[in-house]
Amino acid sequence: MIHLSHFLILSALLFLIGVVGIFLNRKNIITILMAIELMLLAVNMNFIAFSYFLGDLAGQVFVFFILTVAAAESAIGLAIIILVFRNNHSINVDELNKLKG
Amino acid sequence: MEFIFYFLSSVLLFSALRVITSQNPVYSALFLVLSFFSAAGIWLLLQAEFLAIALVLVYVGAVMVLFLFVIMMLDINLNQMRKGFWDYLPAASFVAIIMLIEMILVLNKSYFESPNFFTPPTISNTDELGSVLYSDYILPFEIAAIILLVAIISAITLTLRHTKINKNMNPADQIKVKKNDRIKMINMKSETRLKKVKDKL
Repeated sequence: MIHLSHFLILSALLFLIGVVGIFLNRKNIITILMAIELMLLAVNMNFIAFSYFLGDLAGQVFVFFILTVAAAESAIGLAIIILVFRNNHSINVDELNKLKG
Repeated sequence: MEFIFYFLSSVLLFSALRVITSQNPVYSALFLVLSFFSAAGIWLLLQAEFLAIALVLVYVGAVMVLFLFVIMMLDINLNQMRKGFWDYLPAASFVAIIMLIEMILVLNKSYFESPNFFTPPTISNTDELGSVLYSDYILPFEIAAIILLVAIISAITLTLRHTKINKNMNPADQIKVKKNDRIKMINMKSETRLKKVKDKL
């Protein structure tokens, strides 16, 4: 029998893979975006598992809104990447220091 | 059900690992497609049919195609990107191991074994979701629509490039146009017949 904890552990592992991905690919901004997508997927899986085991539909509604916001976020992020590449001819994170922040 | 769950989750974890470790971003995007697909399978096991199909349609169909477009459009220097790839592995594994220990402490089976208030649904998942989405969550639903609109507008304005051969129309100029700017009335005599002209010559 599969319990709630199985799904929670699966999404915890997925979230950890996303975190490690941000650390390892810290030069490639596209892969960082993909790692963020993995972390969002882990969060969504938590929501859906709780929604199933608690018999409450609110979790699925939340996942619906998270999907919407994540789609908007990745579209704007990719547009910004294109803009950065047009100005810098590189998407290396280390070279993105023009704002001198 | 157990076999399907373990199979899907192992495929999911494997493909997620390949997403963050593969050399080529195109491969990582394709492995991300695989991981989304197996996550959709797990969501089907949890009876979230609508969201599983939405994940495949929206993410695999639209967002990942967008990712692939951008990756293939940009000329990325992969060797420079890969430089120092494993340098951050110690820090990454330190953070990951600490998070893993914390999560193991919390996600212990004893805490999460008991709750199972699952009731077999009487109507389809899409009906259920739609009925709450259009009644209880109508305001967040409309805000989500506005967020998508803002995303469309900002993505277009960010990437729009003004070139000289741009044949865009200016709506303000179009509205300002009067009748006299387009049509000019000229007073001219009516044409004489060709024959008369020939006779004159």
